[in-house]
Amino acid sequence: MQYQSQSVAKPYFIAAIGLFIGQIIFGAILGLQYVMGDFLFPEIPFNVARMVHTNLLIVWLLFGFMGAAYYMVPEETETELYSPRLAMILFWVFLVAGALTIIGYLSVPYATLASLTGNDLLPTMGREFLEQPTITKIGIVIVALGMLFNITMTALKGRKTAIIMVLLLGLWGLAIFFLFSFYNPENLVLDKIFWWWVVHLWVEGVWELILGSILAFILIKLTGVDREIIEKWLYVIIAMSLISGIIGTGHHYFWIGTPEYWQWWGSIFSAIEPIPFFMMVIFAFNMVNKRKREHPNKAAMLWAMGTPVMAFLGAGVWGFMHTLAPVNYYTHGTQITAAHGHMAFYGAYVMVVLAIISYAMPLMRGRAAANSKSSQVVEMWSFWLMTVSMVFITLFLTGAGILQVWLQRINDNPMGFMEVQDKISIFYWMREVAGLIFLAGLILYVISFFVGGKEEAK
Amino acid sequence: MNQVYTEIRQYPPGDFAIWIFIYAELLVFGIFFLSYAFARSQNVELFNESQLTLSRISGAINTLILITSSYFVVRAVTAIQENKSLLCARWLLAAVVLASTFIGIKIYEFIDKYSEGISLSTNTFYMFYLSMTFFHFLHVIMGMVILIAVMLKAKQGGYSGEEYTGVETAGSYWHMVDLVWIILFPLVYVMR
Repeated sequence: MQYQSQSVAKPYFIAAIGLFIGQIIFGAILGLQYVMGDFLFPEIPFNVARMVHTNLLIVWLLFGFMGAAYYMVPEETETELYSPRLAMILFWVFLVAGALTIIGYLSVPYATLASLTGNDLLPTMGREFLEQPTITKIGIVIVALGMLFNITMTALKGRKTAIIMVLLLGLWGLAIFFLFSFYNPENLVLDKIFWWWVVHLWVEGVWELILGSILAFILIKLTGVDREIIEKWLYVIIAMSLISGIIGTGHHYFWIGTPEYWQWWGSIFSAIEPIPFFMMVIFAFNMVNKRKREHPNKAAMLWAMGTPVMAFLGAGVWGFMHTLAPVNYYTHGTQITAAHGHMAFYGAYVMVVLAIISYAMPLMRGRAAANSKSSQVVEMWSFWLMTVSMVFITLFLTGAGILQVWLQRINDNPMGFMEVQDKISIFYWMREVAGLIFLAGLILYVISFFVGGKEEAK
Repeated sequence: MNQVYTEIRQYPPGDFAIWIFIYAELLVFGIFFLSYAFARSQNVELFNESQLTLSRISGAINTLILITSSYFVVRAVTAIQENKSLLCARWLLAAVVLASTFIGIKIYEFIDKYSEGISLSTNTFYMFYLSMTFFHFLHVIMGMVILIAVMLKAKQGGYSGEEYTGVETAGSYWHMVDLVWIILFPLVYVMR
């Protein structure tokens, strides 16, 4: 660690991992509820478990991104963070607000939470992924703006690298598009259109910039390849992400009441969304082949290599599978979507955050350049357990989805929704088993932090 | 031997990154063209009928304009290879002037169709016509920005007979913009 203020990233990463554990526990509960509908009812109904599972994912990834930004910005700009104290204050604000929100979800009925938090004054609640009480949303905006102020001021006084420019663009975009969560028009079509401006333009737009810049940063550090080469790749990749991803929003506009041309626009532009992810794979492997040093942190390298591969499979291939309007006509809102969502989030965003944590944590904990061998071995085991089980979760959900589409929508005698759910329950059971293995992998990941602390990495 | 080495090193011309970009762009337009062909095969009559409302004259003039501008860009590259920075900048300026004419004619066409009440939702033909030509239109503007940037740098002596990658990079992009139009024009305006 070259700059003292980089250490503010540490609590962010720890909080991210803590919330990640929560997310996966609720995922396991949720997976079981697919086959045992009344499991933990009425304490934790399905809709609440789902909300906690998805919201925790978003919040912990945000913690991860912020931690990554606080770690990367001083090192890239070659100057101490503008205000480490502000970063710490915002950390506690975000953590407390996040925790209170989750407690709110779990302790009172959602409608009660809405009235308790004054949703009627500025109604923003009740929409998938944006379920947070309005006051929490305001808190998220304050934290995001505070962080942006902090890192932008740092960047202004220091060296301006392409990586930092892309990261800042991504983070500013993240904050700006989140503002659409406050726009909640009566017209359901308009509501959905702008809801996607948050959801799609995050994960298939500005988050890809954050992903690209974190990956580029890690690759520079691990491979020692010239910055010039890595930054050129970064530019081309983000240009492709934006060209395909912005109008690619149209693949959500097929059946919500928008004009028909969206079926063409959405299909054509989103069909090229896999390209930037494919380029990321080529990029990462090329840089590793050209490496000028053998970095001792093998675990971080594994995460950094795994990220583009899994992101390409999950976001690229599994996304393309159902992105064309004529296909989506049948697959919309089935388990195919769930399969895509799981692998895409894991491959693109979970893995890149774990990669930067894997790279930065040993340095922030005062270790030479990497954790000890034994710690890395445990971490790499956790990588394979989580990644392979995520592949199986995705395959089982895809199987469930194909059967669902067939039985419920294409068949000459289509069955009802719940009847089909019973028929495909074997896939849900297998998914649950894979999910528990994922949880085991995650526990192993946490254990890796407490292994071999006294050995020194070579 | 040295000569051979230099020639190999210079392929593809310009910065390698722009070629990744060019192939990606061609892929997008390619998907558009295939989709157009597919949609047309579903309703040939409608496509033929609507196609007649387009101004082939404007399209043909614009085709000539873009091909000529591409020629000017070639002259600009030749000029800088001979270490003539100012001449290079002048050829680029000529290309930019032609590109602006293209933009002017295209805007006139768009306004004409708009005033007839034609929009993306009128029918599938117009959806393709407006989407593809507008998407190409944006590329012309993008290409102009690149040409102008290179022109200004050339004017200040930023390139030389030895180092002119930037001029070739801009030229490669501009030829792509031209190439797409050379396919787009017959496909949408003429072929029946």
